[in-house]
Amino acid sequence: MADEHGQQGRGSTSAGFRVLWVAIKREPWIFTVSTLGSVLFGALTVADAWVLGWSTDHVVLPAFETGEVGADMLLAVLGLFLGVAILRAVGIVARRLGAGVMQYRMQAHTRRAVTRQYLTLPMEWHQRHPTGQLLSNANSDVEAAWGPIAPLPMAVGTVAMMVIAIVQMLLADVVLALVGLTIFPVVIAVNVAYQRLAQGWMTRAQQLRAEVSEIAHESFDGAMVVKTLGREPEETERFGSRARELRDVNIKAGRIRAAFDPTLAALPNIGVLVVLAVGVSRVLSGATDAGAVVTVAYLLTIVSFPIRSIGWLLGEFPRSVVGYRRVRGVLDATGEMPYGDRTAAAPAGARGASLAVEGLAYSYEPGRRLLDGVDLAVAPGRTVAVVGATASGKSTLTMLLSRLVDPDAGRILLDGTDLRDLARGELAEAVASVPQTPFLFDDTVRGNVTLGADVTDDEVWAALRAAQADGFVAALAHGLDTRLGERGTSLSGGQRQRISLARALVRRPRLLVLDDATSAVDPEVEARILAALRDETGAGPTLVVVAYRKATIALADQVVHLQGGRIVDRGTHAELLRRSPSYAHLVNAYETEHDETHDDQGVNA
Amino acid sequence: MSTAMDSGEEIGAIRTLRRGVHFSPELKEGIGGTLALAVLASAGQVVVPIAVQQVLDRGVNGPGGPDVSFTVWAGVIAALAIVVTSFASYRMTTRLFTSAERGLATLRTKAFRHVHDLPLLTQNTERRGALVSRVTSDVDQVSQFLVFGGLLFVVSVGQVLVATVVMVVYSWQLALVVWLCFAPLFLSLRYFQRKLSDAYGTVRRQVGLMLSAVSEPVVGAAVVRSYAVEHRTQRRIDEAIDAHKAASTRAQGFTAFSFSLGGVSAGLANAGVLIVGIWLGQGRLWGGDITAGQVLAFAFLVTLFVGPVQMGTQILTDAQNAIAGWRRVIGILETPADLVDPGEAGAVLPRGPIDVRFEHVSFAYPGGPLVLRDVDLAISSGTRVAVVGETGSGKSTVAKLLTRLMDPSEGRVLLDGIDVRDIGSASLRRSVVLVPQEGFLFDDTLAANVRYGRLDATDDDIRASAEELGLGDWLGGLPRGIETQVGQRGESLSAGERQLVALLRAHLADPDLLVLDEATSAVDPALEMRIGRALERLMNGRTSVTIAHRLSTAENADEVVVVDRGQVVQRGPHAALVAEEGGVYAGLHSSWVAQQGR
Repeated sequence: MADEHGQQGRGSTSAGFRVLWVAIKREPWIFTVSTLGSVLFGALTVADAWVLGWSTDHVVLPAFETGEVGADMLLAVLGLFLGVAILRAVGIVARRLGAGVMQYRMQAHTRRAVTRQYLTLPMEWHQRHPTGQLLSNANSDVEAAWGPIAPLPMAVGTVAMMVIAIVQMLLADVVLALVGLTIFPVVIAVNVAYQRLAQGWMTRAQQLRAEVSEIAHESFDGAMVVKTLGREPEETERFGSRARELRDVNIKAGRIRAAFDPTLAALPNIGVLVVLAVGVSRVLSGATDAGAVVTVAYLLTIVSFPIRSIGWLLGEFPRSVVGYRRVRGVLDATGEMPYGDRTAAAPAGARGASLAVEGLAYSYEPGRRLLDGVDLAVAPGRTVAVVGATASGKSTLTMLLSRLVDPDAGRILLDGTDLRDLARGELAEAVASVPQTPFLFDDTVRGNVTLGADVTDDEVWAALRAAQADGFVAALAHGLDTRLGERGTSLSGGQRQRISLARALVRRPRLLVLDDATSAVDPEVEARILAALRDETGAGPTLVVVAYRKATIALADQVVHLQGGRIVDRGTHAELLRRSPSYAHLVNAYETEHDETHDDQGVNA
Repeated sequence: MSTAMDSGEEIGAIRTLRRGVHFSPELKEGIGGTLALAVLASAGQVVVPIAVQQVLDRGVNGPGGPDVSFTVWAGVIAALAIVVTSFASYRMTTRLFTSAERGLATLRTKAFRHVHDLPLLTQNTERRGALVSRVTSDVDQVSQFLVFGGLLFVVSVGQVLVATVVMVVYSWQLALVVWLCFAPLFLSLRYFQRKLSDAYGTVRRQVGLMLSAVSEPVVGAAVVRSYAVEHRTQRRIDEAIDAHKAASTRAQGFTAFSFSLGGVSAGLANAGVLIVGIWLGQGRLWGGDITAGQVLAFAFLVTLFVGPVQMGTQILTDAQNAIAGWRRVIGILETPADLVDPGEAGAVLPRGPIDVRFEHVSFAYPGGPLVLRDVDLAISSGTRVAVVGETGSGKSTVAKLLTRLMDPSEGRVLLDGIDVRDIGSASLRRSVVLVPQEGFLFDDTLAANVRYGRLDATDDDIRASAEELGLGDWLGGLPRGIETQVGQRGESLSAGERQLVALLRAHLADPDLLVLDEATSAVDPALEMRIGRALERLMNGRTSVTIAHRLSTAENADEVVVVDRGQVVQRGPHAALVAEEGGVYAGLHSSWVAQQGR
C-alpha cells in the first residue's frame, strides 16, 4: 500500500513513460503510423480553418460582391472541404486503428511471453505462486500495463498540434500569444491536481472491485454450503456491503470529476475572453490588428480541448506501472529444469521399466525435509504400494518420480538412467503419472485423452475401456467429441479421474504412477480398473500406487510404509500387517473401529 | 436452464434499458432535474462560443474599428454563461453519478442474490466463473457507460438540438442543408451499430476462450509437465491469443471507420453551407435574403453541430459493450429460480427429529432421462438411514431432494407431513442440514467457518461442540486453534480436516434432519475413523440420512435403503439384507468385503 502511494506523482509519470518506451521500441512502425495519423488529424483540423478562410476570401465574398461565381470555384470549395475531411478521416482511422493494433499486439506479445514462462519455469516456482495471482498476471495486469497505448497517439498528436499552434500564435502577436499561453500551464496544473485528488479514490475503487469479485467467486464456489445452511441473506449482505462501499467510493470519485470537468472545459473559454479583452485594447492602441486577435483566439480554442488527452494518458500511468511491474516479475523469474540427452528406449521385450530410487531427499523449504533417505527398487512389471498417513510424503514421492521436481539429494533411475540425464520429453514417453485431483483441458474427450499424441480412436476407446470410462463417454451427447472443461459438460469427480487415467493409459507407459488416482471411484469399479492394467499374461507397466484401500494394497508385490518422509518398513502387505503395529493401525483403522464400537469400547486414535 | 440464461442476450437495446431501469429504480430518481441541468449545461456550451464569435465579429473586427462597449457586454454575458454552465454541469454530473452508482449497486446485489437461487450453481460447477463476471465486470461496464458515456450522450443530444434551433433561427434553408448532409450518417448508424455489436460479441467470446487457454499452464502445471505437452499447450494458447487479437482488431477497425464517417459528413456540410449560401445570396434558391456575414456565421454554427454529433456517435459505439453487459446481468435476473420460497407464508417445521416421506417421487434433469422413478419411502423420526447403490443409481439425487436443492419432477417430498415446497426457506434450512462431500470452507478463520452453522455461537460454544464430537485434541493440535486461517477454499487444511470443520459446522447448526453425503476417500484411514466417530455423535438424537459410499456405514445404520437404477429395490437392516441371497445389497456387500481384503 505504502509503496503504491509512493509511486504516485512524478515517480509514476517517469516510470509510465519508461513502460511506454518498451512498447514503442517493440512496435515502432505501428506507433509511427498511428502518431502520423494523429498529427495528420491535428494538422487538418487547423487546415479546416484555412479552407474556410480561403473560401471566404476567394469564393464567398467575391460571389456576394460581384454576384458572379464560376461553377469551378464552387467545385473547388466542395473539393477542398471534402478533401480535407477525407484526409482527416484517414488520419482518424490510422490513429485509432493504429493505437488499437499496437495495444492488442503488445498484449499478445506479453501474454505469449508470460505463458511461455509458465510453461518453462519449474514446478517449484508454480507451487510458490498462488493460482489467482498468476492468472491475473496474464490477464488484467497485461491489460493494465498496456492501457496507456490507447490515448498515446492522440496525446503525441496533441503535443505536435500545440507546438504548431504556439508558433502560429507567436507569429501572429507575441503579447497576445503569451497571454493566451498562460492557459496551458493552468490546464496542465488542474489536470495534475485532478489526478492527485482522484487517484486515491480510484485505487480504492480498484481494490474494492477486486474484493467484490473475490466474494462473488468464493460465495458461488461455496454455493452448496450457502444454500444448505440457508445463509443466502448473510452472503448477500457480505457482498452487498462491499458493493455499497464501492458505490460510495465511485460517487466520491465522481464528485471530484464533476468539479474538474467543467473547470477544464471553462479554462479555454476564459483564456479566449482574456485574449479578447487584451486584444481589443491592443487593437485600439494600434499595437496589433484585428486579424491577429482572431487568429490567437481561434488557435487557443482548438488546442485547449485536446490538451485533456495528455491528462488521460497520464491518468493511465499508475495502473500501467503497477501492472507492468507485476508482469515483469513473471518474465524476470529464472529457473529452468536442465535436461540431458539420453533416450528412455525400452530394453528389447520389456513391457515395464525397472525403477530404482537411491537416497532420495527433498525439502520444499529449507530445514523441513518432506522426504529423507528414501531407497526403493522395483523390478519391471512389478507393483509397489506406497502407504502412509496424510502428509507423510507420498505425493512428494510421486512428484519426484515424474520429475515435476528434482531431489535435493539422491537419484531416481529408470532402466538404469538418472531421470535428470533424459532429454526433454523423453520421460513422458516412458512414465505417466495420474494425480489425485484430475485436471481437464478445455477440449474434447478425445483431446483430453490424447493430448495431441498420434493415436487412433480405437486406441482411445481401449484406454477409456481400461479406465472404466467407456460407458459414460459413450452416453455423452457427442461421444469423443464432447467438450469438457470450463465451458463444457460437467462430469463427476470419479468420471474426471477416469478420463485422467485414460490419458495415462493411452500412452502405454512403462512406469505408471497413481497418486490415489481412483479415490472418487467406487471400489468395484476401481478393482476392474486395476485388473485391466495387466494383460492375459499378467504383463503390464511397472506400477507405483499410492492407496488406502486394502484391496488395492494387497495387489502390490511390495508395500512401503512412509512416515514423516522416511520409509519405516517395507515388505508384503501380510508381512507388514504382522510385524508393524503402526502399519496395521493405519490400514486396519476401519476394522478396529468396527470391532471396538461393537465391543463398546472407546479408543484414542 | 442455460438456454433461459442465454436467451436473455437476445433482447433489444430499448427493452434492455427499460428492464434495466426496472431492476434499478434509483436510475429514475431525480432524472427530471438531471435532464433540466443537462439542457442548461448544453445551452451554455453553445452560448459561450456564440458570444465569443460575436465579440470577434462585431467587437474586435467591427466595421468601424473595435467596439469596446460591445466587447465588454458580450464578454460579461459569456463569463456569466461559463459560470452557469459549469455549475449546472457539476450538479448534473454529481446527480448522475449518484443515481447511476446507487442503481448499479442495487442491480449487482440483486443479481448476486438471484444467482444463489439458480439451479445452475449447484448443478454445474463449471460455469461459476461466468456467473461471477455477471455481477462484476458486466456491471462495471454498465457503470462506466452510464456515468461517462450516458452523461456525454445526454449533453451531446442536447447540444445538437440547441445548435439546430439556433441554426434554424439563422437560416432554416441552411439548417436543412446541414441535416441533409448528416442524413447518410444518421441512417447508417443502425447498420454500423449492428456490425459493431456483432464484432464486440465476438471479442467477448474470444476473451473467454483466451482466459481459459491461459489458465491451462497454471492450473494444469503438473499435467502439462508430466505429459511433456508444453508445445501443444503453448500452441493452443497462441491460437487463442491470436484469435482474440484478430477479433479485437476487427472491432477496432469498425469503430475507427464508423467514427471517421462523422468527419466526412462535416466536410460535406461545410461545403454545402457555403455553396447553398452563395446560391441563396444570389437569389437562385428560395429568394435571396442572406448576406456574406450570415453565411460565414453559419459556417461557424456548423462546428457547434458537428462536435456533439461526433461525440454522440462515438458514445453509441461504446454503448454496444455496455448494453451487452447490461443484457447479460438482466439475463441472470430474468432466469426464473426453479425453487420458489413460500417466504413468510410458508409453513414452519416444529423442532425435534423429523420424519420423512417420499410419495411417488420421480426426478429428471431438464431434457435428461429419469434419475429417480416413482420412489415411495418413509423414514420415521430419529432413525439412522443409509442409502446405498452403485454410482449413477440415483442415491445422491435422494439427498438433493430431501434438502430441497432440487424439486421432484413428479410426486412429493414430505417432512413431518408437510410438502417441502410449502416450508419457508428459513425454517427448512434451520431444521435440515446437508453435509456435502466436499467440505467447502471460506477463506477465513476456522471459527468463522464453524460459525457459519450458527451465527451467534461464541468461541466457547465452538470449543464445547468440538469436545462433544471428540475433536477437542485435534483442535488443540492446530497451531492457532480455532483462530487458524484455513486459506482459500480451506486448502491450508487437509481434505479430511476440512470435513471435520464441516461436521463441526453442522453440529453447531443443530439440525433435526441431518443429510450426509459421505465421502472420505481422500483421507487416510486413521483420520477417517476420527471423522466416523464424530459423525456417530453428530447423528445422536436426530433423524439422519447418509448417502453411503462405504458399506461399513450401512452396517451401523438402523436401516439400509438400496437404490438401483432410480428405484428403491430393497430396504431393511443390514443383517437382513445381507441374508437376501441374489439381492442387490448382497452383491454390493460381497464386492465391498473383497475390496477391504477381509
